[in-house]
Amino acid sequence: MTYIAKPKFHHPGLKKNELGFTHRDYEGKISTLCAGCGHDSITASIIEACFELSIEPHRVAKISGIGCSSKTPDYFLGNSHGFNSVHGRMPSVLTGANLANRELIYLGVSGDGDSASIGFGQFAHSIRRGVNMTYVVENNGVYGLTKGQFSATADRGSKSKKGVTNTDNAIDLVAIALQLGATYVARSFSGDKTQLVPVIAGALQHKGAAFIDVISPCVAFNNHAGSTKSFDYVREHNDAVNRLDVITGRDPITVDYAPGTVQIVEQHDGSRLALRKIDADYDVHDRVAAQAFLQKHAAKGQIVTGLLYVDPEAEDLHSHLNTVEQPLNSLEADVLCPGSSVLDKINASLR
Amino acid sequence: MPEQKQISSVNDFVVRFANVNGSGSASANELFARSILRHGVPVSPRNIFPSNIQGLPTWYEVRVTEAGHLGARGGGVDMMVAMNPQTWDKDVAGIEPGGYLFYDSTKPMPSSKFRDDITVIGVPLTAITNSTYSDPRQRQLFKNIIYLGALSALLDMDPKLIEQLIGEQYKGKEKLLSSNVHALHLGRDWALQNLKCPIGLRVRKSDKVGDRIFIEGNSAAALGAVYGGATVCAWYPITPSSSLADAFGAHCKKYRHDPKSGEAKYAIVQGEDELASIGIVIGASWNGARAFTATSGPGISLMTEFIGLSYFAEIPAVIMNVQRAGPSTGMPTRTQQCDVIACAYASHGDTKHVLLFPEDPAEAFEFAATAFDLAERLQTTIFLMLDLDIGMNHRLCRPLKWDDARQYDRGKIMTAEMLDEGRDFGRYLDVDGDGIPFRTLPGTHATKGSYFTRGTSRDRYARYSEEGPVYADNMQRLVRKFETAQDMVPRPLQANAARPTKYGVIYFGSTSPAMDEAIGLLEARGHQLDRLRIRAFPFHSSVASFIADHDFVYVVEQNRDGQLRSLIINENGIDPVRLVSIVHYDGTPITARFIANAIGDHQDHLKVTPLRKAVS
Repeated sequence: MTYIAKPKFHHPGLKKNELGFTHRDYEGKISTLCAGCGHDSITASIIEACFELSIEPHRVAKISGIGCSSKTPDYFLGNSHGFNSVHGRMPSVLTGANLANRELIYLGVSGDGDSASIGFGQFAHSIRRGVNMTYVVENNGVYGLTKGQFSATADRGSKSKKGVTNTDNAIDLVAIALQLGATYVARSFSGDKTQLVPVIAGALQHKGAAFIDVISPCVAFNNHAGSTKSFDYVREHNDAVNRLDVITGRDPITVDYAPGTVQIVEQHDGSRLALRKIDADYDVHDRVAAQAFLQKHAAKGQIVTGLLYVDPEAEDLHSHLNTVEQPLNSLEADVLCPGSSVLDKINASLR
Repeated sequence: MPEQKQISSVNDFVVRFANVNGSGSASANELFARSILRHGVPVSPRNIFPSNIQGLPTWYEVRVTEAGHLGARGGGVDMMVAMNPQTWDKDVAGIEPGGYLFYDSTKPMPSSKFRDDITVIGVPLTAITNSTYSDPRQRQLFKNIIYLGALSALLDMDPKLIEQLIGEQYKGKEKLLSSNVHALHLGRDWALQNLKCPIGLRVRKSDKVGDRIFIEGNSAAALGAVYGGATVCAWYPITPSSSLADAFGAHCKKYRHDPKSGEAKYAIVQGEDELASIGIVIGASWNGARAFTATSGPGISLMTEFIGLSYFAEIPAVIMNVQRAGPSTGMPTRTQQCDVIACAYASHGDTKHVLLFPEDPAEAFEFAATAFDLAERLQTTIFLMLDLDIGMNHRLCRPLKWDDARQYDRGKIMTAEMLDEGRDFGRYLDVDGDGIPFRTLPGTHATKGSYFTRGTSRDRYARYSEEGPVYADNMQRLVRKFETAQDMVPRPLQANAARPTKYGVIYFGSTSPAMDEAIGLLEARGHQLDRLRIRAFPFHSSVASFIADHDFVYVVEQNRDGQLRSLIINENGIDPVRLVSIVHYDGTPITARFIANAIGDHQDHLKVTPLRKAVS
């Protein structure tokens, strides 16, 4: 439906953020995904999170791979540069982009086929390196564009639309991300925007490798009985450990549910996360316990959601490489080229 | 022993060192080559080594050549320094009749292990070493310096020049310096006292080196990347290109750290594979940094999907391909020019890529720096086509040059100011008729100039489209852009024969020194040839006119299928009969002898009637 031009006008009373932008300024083209697709809810949540954080849309670089999920960067932040790259290779393209200009915000959008199958290696290594990014996997357990094959996140024993039972074990990207040292790890559900929006906002503010697995049912191929990625199944098995608010200096990105114990997590750059604990024993700073918790609950068929781990003192690839503050893409010959007198010395040393 | 014929030659011979990989011989051997250079005599050394870390045989061949022939000579060697019992028989067999065998005579060898048409020179290296040093590591290392000392006496070299080199190498490390000099004289003195010195092979001081430098192509290319402003390097280890990335790191450590803060003005990432390496390069280049990767054939195969994206979505990238013998794993430590077609047409769909063919380290430096200008100007992948022969061997070449007035060509980048002036921005809009559109960098402007980069088809304003005419329009523009590239890349260099001739020869890259030498050999056989050295693809129009100007043109290259010849035929619509393929592809560097024999035989045969006349 991208051939339909989206009208630009909007109601004068639309809420504006600190920068004077409305929601509309964070939108992109009209989605071409199926009506009711979970991915469109994620798109809406990204728009909401960026609006609430008052991010300048053009300071975000949206990078994706190939697949339904990877099309979505065209549907939000129309004033940002987007890059729909190669299947499974978003992480490397994002890593390179990030190295070139550390001042932009990098939002990587991928799917379960893109990240758990063809791009499993790149997913793993970008997390290992601690690239400063928000890495969102729109996880529906199925290949939509090619009509319903299982992906590597499909649970063992789940049924395809055609009635085939999956006999392969599933990859849990959250568990892997935790193991590989991601410094912000969350799982959410596209059907739960109140949980998802602050989780995305927290990731966008996090200075390190932030990974979010968003279960996002495929209405066309994976929303039937027997699927473990359907709206009904996820709602029934969703086990949220906490609820998150991001405090941006103004109002917290607040959500509407019963208050629990509130824990304030102050990050490195001064941003604050307000966590309302649902599971009183869950410690969001304990990587090892988080891994055990996930496995225990997965064995019981529960899908653990919420902010699962955060390291407020996260480092990123640039700090590991000790790169200059100034973006590398803005350095010119005067600082990059050692010049002819140095070359004369080099020549002299080679005789 | 009967008086046998001995090869006598001053400043024109080949010495080969047969060593065991990992025995520390490399630095002593390199010292040998460098010290001959200090005599003012050109040398051309080559490493011949297996894909192994320790224990397997390795050879180091030094061609001493006052005439300045820097290609491999070929044939047997004039002197074998046989330090490896594993390869003894083969090494002894590889000596030219009348040549010399230098060996460690500590343990007696049966006479059947020698030949009677060579001069055998035994030096009890192990005995000398063991009586002087007790530490096993010292024994190992100093044995190499001791044989160097003995050779200096045998070949009549000036020990002061070697001492000077050792002094430069161990500057500030007095203990190492003096112990190395001591070891040198141990060997030298033993030889002077016990052997007839010098032998028929001699080094005599000359002035043929001039201001030339001695550098490996990989190091020079890496330095070109530093000078060319590369800030992002992503790579995956693969022979023979790993030393290029290593050298980039070493050069950056020296020249790219802020003197106060110590912060790096570059980023190097060792990728998890070649897919990630090229992905990082493409991401960085998309975002306006100058980025490159270094790889070899198998890496190119893995990168092809991204190379197609770079072509179609028009993202700069620089790939330094240090070619090795393929296909598949092939011969990882042997040289070839076998990726010409794979790189020229890399990726599925209709693609064409710019290739640069440096002949030596000096050109590798120049072309590496130029590759970044071309990549940003043309917004596509630029291949720097090195090979193992240039990349991993020290080569004597003209000094590296840099013009301080030179500015980087960042290509057509539309800035925020230009957007505010109301310039029409279409990411794939050909505004200048050269096929090159403007691009914007991410983060440029709050409301203007953003676009969605994709590998799918789109219109001139980067909007997704599967309309046939829109797709074809874009593909045609890419053809125009490639035509534009033709006049931007380094032009072929032509050198005509002394007398007018109907025959020509085309060659490229590391074939250069062997070709130059072969011309002399061919002239001696009465054959005159005009030469054209191709330095880039797309081919400049002078390639077609050179072919048109000659009845026959030989295309000399180091691969089985005559890949450059095929590319010329395909791109220029040349009648294949006009181009005679001369190929050398056994993994060793091509030699002048090979070229002169192959072309000479063909020319002799041709003396009947040129086909063109017979047909017309």
